[in-house]
Parts: sequence; structure tokens; C-alpha cells
Amino acid sequence: MFENLSHLALQEYWWVIVSLLGALLVFLLFVQGGQTLIYRLGKTEGEQNILVNALGRKWEFTFTTLVTFGGAFFASFPLFYSTSFGGAYWVWMAILFAFILQAVSYEYRKKPNNFLGTKTFDAFLFINGLLATVLLGAAVSTFFTGSAFSVDKMNLLNLSGNKMPIISSWETPFHGLEAVWTTAHLAFLQNLALGLAVFFLSRVLALLYFQRIIDNTEIINRTKKCLKLNTVLFLVFFLFWLIRLMLIDGFAVNPDTKEVFMEPNKYLHNLLERPVILAILLIGVVGVLLGLFNSIIKNKDNGIWFAGVGTVLTVLALFFIAGFNNTAFYPSTFGDLQSSLTIENSSSSHFTLTAMSYVSLLVPFVLAYIIYAWRKMDKTKITEEEINSDSHSY
Amino acid sequence: MENIDWGLVDWSRAQFALTAMYHWIFVPLTLGLSFLIAIMETIYVKTGNPAWKKTTKFWMTLFGINFAIGVATGIILEFEFGTNWSNYSWFVGDIFGAPLAIEGIMAFFMESTFIAIMFFGWQKVSKKVHLTSTWLVAIGSNLSALWILAANGWMQNPTGMQFNPDTVRNEMNNFWEVLFNPAAINKFLHTITSAYVLASIFVIGVSAWFLIKKRNTDFAKKSMIIASVFGFFSILYTIGTGDGSAKVVAKYQPMKLAAIEGLYEGSTEADLVAFGFVGGEKTKPEVSGIKLPGMLSWLSFGDSKKFVPGIKDLVEGNPDQGILSYNERIEKGKLSIDALAEYKNAMKSGDTENAEIALTVFKDNFEHFGYGYYFGKDPNLLVPNVKLSFYSFHIMVILGAFFLLFFILTFLYSFKNKFQGKNWLLWLSIWTIPLVYIAQQTGWIVAEVGRQPWVIQDLMPNIAAVSQIDKSTVQITFFLFFAVFTALLIAEFKIMFTQIKKAKDINTNENIGGTN
Ligand code: HDD
Ligand code: HEM
Ligand code: HEM
Repeated sequence: MFENLSHLALQEYWWVIVSLLGALLVFLLFVQGGQTLIYRLGKTEGEQNILVNALGRKWEFTFTTLVTFGGAFFASFPLFYSTSFGGAYWVWMAILFAFILQAVSYEYRKKPNNFLGTKTFDAFLFINGLLATVLLGAAVSTFFTGSAFSVDKMNLLNLSGNKMPIISSWETPFHGLEAVWTTAHLAFLQNLALGLAVFFLSRVLALLYFQRIIDNTEIINRTKKCLKLNTVLFLVFFLFWLIRLMLIDGFAVNPDTKEVFMEPNKYLHNLLERPVILAILLIGVVGVLLGLFNSIIKNKDNGIWFAGVGTVLTVLALFFIAGFNNTAFYPSTFGDLQSSLTIENSSSSHFTLTAMSYVSLLVPFVLAYIIYAWRKMDKTKITEEEINSDSHSY
Repeated sequence: MENIDWGLVDWSRAQFALTAMYHWIFVPLTLGLSFLIAIMETIYVKTGNPAWKKTTKFWMTLFGINFAIGVATGIILEFEFGTNWSNYSWFVGDIFGAPLAIEGIMAFFMESTFIAIMFFGWQKVSKKVHLTSTWLVAIGSNLSALWILAANGWMQNPTGMQFNPDTVRNEMNNFWEVLFNPAAINKFLHTITSAYVLASIFVIGVSAWFLIKKRNTDFAKKSMIIASVFGFFSILYTIGTGDGSAKVVAKYQPMKLAAIEGLYEGSTEADLVAFGFVGGEKTKPEVSGIKLPGMLSWLSFGDSKKFVPGIKDLVEGNPDQGILSYNERIEKGKLSIDALAEYKNAMKSGDTENAEIALTVFKDNFEHFGYGYYFGKDPNLLVPNVKLSFYSFHIMVILGAFFLLFFILTFLYSFKNKFQGKNWLLWLSIWTIPLVYIAQQTGWIVAEVGRQPWVIQDLMPNIAAVSQIDKSTVQITFFLFFAVFTALLIAEFKIMFTQIKKAKDINTNENIGGTN
């Protein structure tokens, strides 16, 4: 069935899947947000243990989603994978280091004779929470503000030149870190704003998650106080970013010549020309607000559901703005706009996308067993007694 | 060509080797122990005997400690193809990306979902659901091995693809050929069975320690029987598939075979080196030691009359055997690369006639494509590190023979329940643990060092595969990885030893390790 689709249709289908994985990843970053709140919300060791265990049963999903996001991006848009990871080297390396630290910290933090001590492993969790969210947010923002790289496939055939036969090169020595200080078009403000917005969003989601899953009055009371401040900060940074996005020039593609050019208010146009994306964005934003309303005003513990679905839809819409409607999703700001990556010029072949599309039919099945497992595991709320009686805890 | 930054290439290789080898310290135990745990839990569910539940839980605790650091070291490999081998990721990403993505969708989610039930679900789900989860963790981890090894096997023997001159990359045209590549199948079977060997020896060794300390003896004996049986059958398969791997290497990577045997001049009825030493120059080795006449030809091709090419035949060519010299292949490779450039230029200027001609030249010489990158260089650069390959291979094989004997002993003694008191055997069991880790690492050194400098056999050498970053940048990340992984490894060791040491009364009703 997939083999009959056009190459463009397959590219769009895979952009949807990659976007969905990215959106789920941002939602699941609530684990990271929670890691920055353990000492803020837990004043006794018992309380801290509750918080760590509430997150510890979920961290693998965030981690695995990141890995699968990387793998799926590689399989479907290899030129992005090679250009961005090999180019923005320091940004990705910093993100990866943060995740390496996280992966051992839950299991090792309380084990006797653990060499580095509980405090160090908890510090690792904090570092992961801060770096992963801010850097991933800033990295996604460069999908709209651009990066300084060039791509020339002919280099691969260049045996006598004075260059290595390498097709993608990054044109700054900072390998991606410059995203937070590039002053042209105030890119640094834009990138930092999204980084911080994702950071505060992940904390907001973590607080809502705690309210849902933990049965401990002290902790719940603290989450309520904390939630208001983080909500305000999230909204400030996110709205700033979103409003500015509507105003800036975007990287458009001429559908006939495939030439990339700057178009004023491109991202606003994408929303207006593709009402479906606009609808997804609006429903998403309303979902997040509804979740916050339910928690802050109505004192309910189901805010995470609304805010979670809202987050996924919002991020999905942002990825769609970046990739659809003749837009370059990974723009090059270095001299030659034509190095910019679009879903058409960076994708895998028709054959590979078809084969991978069959594999993607597994995704609903995977989601189904994940939901089954979560429901089983989250049947009862987490209390100190429950953790102590369990044979395995962090 | 003064354009190659060898330092960058070598540091990138070193970084990949460092991270992959660290990853590989933990992976085999995950692969094997997950099955052993599943078998133990099955016995518990079948018999209802709580002693088996405790046995299962004890090994599960050790599994969890090992698993965490396996995950930590794995994530970096997933992204390193992009960060450090970006050209490679474009050149073959159309084929290579797929297994990586499938691994995530099919295997990693399965592992991480059911591991949550396995660890935290004892009181939350029924016995049956719990047992199923444990099995799914084992199956999930072995499925991840399947996909990543299919990817690695494909690099040793690229099939199921075609070069597309317009996109300047290789594109997949047959998914099943990639998956059922003979190199991939042998690699998968040899690797997972060798991982079962490692896990069995780990379980036997730890149990032996309890027997020496006269603690948890009942538990230790139970564990030992399971591991001996599992290990005995696994080593038979490991040796069998190792032989299969050698045949695949002989067919697709003759230089690797010559390197692991230190064979300089090829011959029919070539000898196999049982024990030996390599001397001589870097690319002109001289091997002394005990040789088994005709065995190499027989092992490689199932026929002792067959010709096995040596390093000299491959570098200098051997017209009698129809082997081109490396210089000839370099010429043809350059022809192919230049023709492709011509084709691209002709297409740009709309000169379809010349484009056609160039395309034909390109295609005719494509099988030598990667050699073109060595134009103007010493063809001896295409010879891998012979000493390292030779010693690694022989250490692995000798250890393999030793493990076979070892399992026969433990099998007999644990069935007759005569282990206790046999202190020499108990200590031997403990000391075999480091040996099996050495066998694992040397195995990968054979596979990876032996194929140098090819990243994709005959198509892409490592000098054309790297990312354009400063050498100093890679050096920094290399040392960062080294420091972080080493610190985590020390933590893992300490935690593991402490959990084993403090494990008391697994036979009775008290709780065991992992409670806090
Ligand atoms: C033979 C099997 C095998 C081989 C050759 C490799 N791995 Fe591995 N990997 C596993 C078998 C495995 C595993 C058994 O599934 C692990 C080990 C411990 C664990 O937690 O899962 C794992 C973990 C693991 C993880 C963490 C997954 C998670 O979220 O749980 C990643 C990202 C990778 N691996 C990626 C790689 C890459 C890119 C490799 C290529 C060099 C590689 N591994 C070699
Ligand atoms: C996990 C076990 C593995 C170990 C211990 C291992 C070991 C090594 C070693 C020692 C090197 C360096 C060789 C040299 O530079 O002399 C290397 C390089 C490399 N290996 Fe592996 N390897 C493993 C798995 C894999 C797998 C599964 C893949 C692919 C899926 C792979 C792909 C590569 C690549 C791309 C390089 C770098 C390029 C090169 O120098 O050829 N390795 N590996
Ligand atoms: C005694 C008989 C054995 C033989 C004949 C044998 C043969 C081989 C060969 C030829 C390779 C290279 C395959 C390639 O380059 O693609 C290999 C790789 C390997 N071996 Fe062995 N081996 C034996 C025993 C063992 C043992 C006992 C272990 C560990 C417990 C082991 C672990 C490995 C590993 C991890 C690899 C790398 C993965 C691979 O390439 O398959 N081997 N072996």
C-alpha cells in the first residue's frame, strides 16, 4: 500500500512521524523538569524518595523516545542527521552527556557503596533536567532561526582539492553553541526563549504529574505554590517566542525550482494557509491552559492529561510549521541559502521510506502496550509505605 | 593528497572504539542474564517454590545494575554515527538508518516498558503477566541485538543496495537482503550465543563464591545447574557459529582473514596456526608456532585444496588466482570517482551525451570505488593491524576451547552435586569471569580492527567517513567519555560487589539485595 504513494507523500508521512516522536519527547521531558524540583518539593529524605521514585518509573520512556527520535530521523532524513549532529557537535554532545548521567543515577543513587554518593547522583539528575530541556528547546528553535552550515555533495568526489572529502561542514568553531549568542536577527533571544520555555514547561508538567500520582499532602501543597510561578514564566517565554515567530522572515521554498528564499512572515503564512495546523496549535494551547486551569483554579488532579495532550499537539503544530507548506526545516544562514534542508532534499529514498512505513505500522501496537503497562503500574498512588514495601526502589 | 587530517580520523576511531568497547562490557551480560532470569522465574511459576523466586530476584538485582550502565553507554553510540561519522551517515544512511530506527521502535520500547513491570510489578500484576514481562525483556534485548548486528554485518558485506549517482549515495533496493545477509546472520548468532556463554560463566562464578563462603549454598547450587546447562549448549553454538563467521570472512573480507592468521603469502592447503607469535614488519608478518597443515583452507572453504590469499597476494595482486593488486584497484576506484564527478558536471550543463559515457565508466569501476580515496598513497595503508588481529583472534579461539572444557566440568560436577569442597574448581570458576570478558572484547577487536580501514567494505574508507570537526574537539570528547565512563564503571563495580557480598539468606524467607 505504501509503495503506491508518491515520494513527496512518503516524505510528508515521515515528517508527521518524526514530529510526533518529537512532540511526545517534549511531553515526556516532564521527567527532566521533575528532576530539577526534587529538593524544592521534598524537604525530608522520605519525601525526596517519593519524588524520585515517581519519576524513576517513567524515565526510561523519555530516554527511549529520544533514542527512537534519533533513529527515526536518521532513517527518514539522513542528511539532517549527518549535518546537524556532525555540525552542532557541542550542543548534541552536551545533551547526550546529560542523558548518560541520568541513565545510571536512578539505579545507583541509594545503593550502598556507590562510589560517588547519593548527592552526586541527585546532582546528575538536576544537570540532566536543566541541560536537556534548555538545549533541546534551543536546538528546535534553530529550525526557524537557522544555523551556519553548508552542504556540498560534490565534495565527496573531490580527490585533489584542499578539503577533506566531506559534504557537510559547520562554519563556526563553536559547533552549535553559537545558537545562544548569534545576534543577527536577534536569533539568540529567540533560541534562548524557546529553551527556557521548554524548561519551565517541563517543570509545569512535572508538577501536574506529581499531583496526579503522589499521595502526600505536604508535597502536593508545595506543588501548588510552585506551579503558579512556573506557569507564569513558561507563558512569558513561550508567548514571546511564538509572537516573534509570527513576525520574523522565514525560509521558504519555491515549489517549482526548489530554490530557498526569505519570505516575510513566512511562519504566520504557514498557519493561515494551512488551517489544519492552526487548529492543532489552538487546540493544543487551549489544552495546556485547561490543564493549568483544572489544577490551579479547580484544584483537580487531572491537569496532566489536558496539559499533556495539549503539549503534544502544540509541539506537533510547531514541527508542521517548520517542515510543511514549502518551508526549509533546517535553514542555513551561512552565505548560501541553498544549503538549507527541506523534507524533500534531505530524505531517504522512496524504497527506504516505503519499507520504514511498514515498520511504522507497529507504532500503535507499541503505544498500546505502553498504555497498558502504565495503567497497571499507576493503579494506586505513590506513598512512602508503598515504596518501602516494594522489592525494588530507587 | 595533503587534504586528509589523519589525526582527526584516528581520534574519531579511538572515540568510537572507546565508547563501543565500554558499551560491550555490559551488553553481553544483559543479553544472557535476561534469559537465565526468565528461565528461573519460569521454574518458580511452575513449581510455586519461593526459593526460586528469591533466586530470580537476586539475579534481577544484578541485572538492573548492569542494565543501567548499558543504557548509559548505548545512547552515545546511537548518535555517534551522526556526530563523528557524518559523511558515512549520508553515504549509506538510506540503508543503515533503517535498522537503527527499527531497533528503537521494535526492541528498545519493549525492553524499557516491560522492565518496569519486571522490577516494580511483583505486587501489581499477576504471576503470569509478570513472567511474560520478564520473557519480553529477554526477547526485546535480543531483538535489539539482531537489528544492530544486521547493521554491522551489512557494513562488512554491503548488499541489497544500489548507488544513485543523482543523490550521490547508496540506496536500499532489497530490505531482506540487508537483513538476511550471511555476514549479519553469522554475526548475530555468534554474538548472542557468546553473550549467553558470558552470562552463564558470570552466574557460575558468583555462585562459586557463595559456595566458598558457605553462604546461600542451596541457592548457589540451583543457579549453577541452570547456568551450566545453558552455558554448555551455548558454547557449542558459539564455536559452531564462530566457524561460520570465519567462512563468511574468508568469502567477503580476505584481507581480514589474512590478518587474523598472519598469512603473508597465500597458498593452497594453507596451514592454520594453533598457537603462535607474529614477528616481522608491520605489513609483512612472519608467524612462528604450531601449525595444523591444510586446516586453514579447510576451515575457510570446507576444502583443503582451496587457495587462501595472503597479504602479499592482496596488496601486490596475483594474476594466477585472478586477484587484482591494490594499486590497480586504486586506479579503478579513482576512475570511478572521477567519472561520477564528470557525470554530475555534465548533467548540470545539460550535456546528456557525455553524462551517459561518464556514467558507464563509473558503473564499470564501482566495485573499486572506495579504493579511489587512496590515490597517491601507499597501498600498504589498506592493510589492517596484523598483530592486534592475530593475537585477538587466537586468544578468543583458545578461550573458546577452554570454556568448552570448563562447562563440561561444571555440568558434571553440579549435576552430581559434588561442587562443594572442590575449591580448585570453585576458584577456577571465579577466575573464568574475567577471561570471558576478555574473549568478548577480543572478538570485537577481530571483527572491527580486521576490517580497517574500511567502514563499508570496499566502498568507503574511514578517511571519507568522518565529520568535519577539529581534532582537538574530538580529543576533548574522547577524554570526557573516558573520565565519565570510567567513573561510572567504578561505581558499577563497587555496587555490584557490595550487593553480592551482602546477599544473605537467599534460601530462607528474609528479603535479599535490592531492597534499598
Ligand atoms: C549485540 C547487541 C548489541 C550491540 C552490538 C550494540 N548494542 Fe546497544 N544495546 C544492546 C545491544 C547491543 C542491549 C542489550 O539491548 C542494551 C545493552 C544494555 C541495555 O540496556 O540494552 C543496549 C543499549 C543500547 C542503547 C540504550 C537503549 C535504551 O534506551 O534502553 C542504545 C541507544 C544502544 N544500545 C545503541 C547501540 C548502537 C548504536 C550500537 C552500535 C555500535 C550498539 N548499541 C551496539
Ligand atoms: C559493541 C561492540 C563493538 C565493539 C567492541 C567495537 C569495537 C570497535 C573498535 C575496536 C573499533 C576501532 C577499530 C580501529 O579503529 O582500529 C571500532 C570502530 C567502528 N565500529 Fe565497532 N565495535 C562494536 C560494535 C559496532 C557495531 C555494532 C557497529 C555498527 C553498527 C560498529 C561500527 C563501527 C564504526 C562505524 C567504527 C568507526 C569507523 C572505523 O574506524 O572503522 N561497531 N569498533
Ligand atoms: C572457539 C571458537 C571461535 C571461533 C572459531 C570464533 C570465530 C570468530 C570470527 C571469525 C569472528 C569475526 C567475525 C567477523 O569479523 O565478522 C568472531 C567474532 C566475535 N567473537 Fe568469536 N569465535 C570463537 C569463540 C568465541 C568466544 C568463546 C567468544 C566469547 C565468549 C567469542 C566472541 C566473539 C565476538 C563478541 C565477536 C564479534 C562479533 C562478530 O563479529 O560476530 N567468540 N569470532
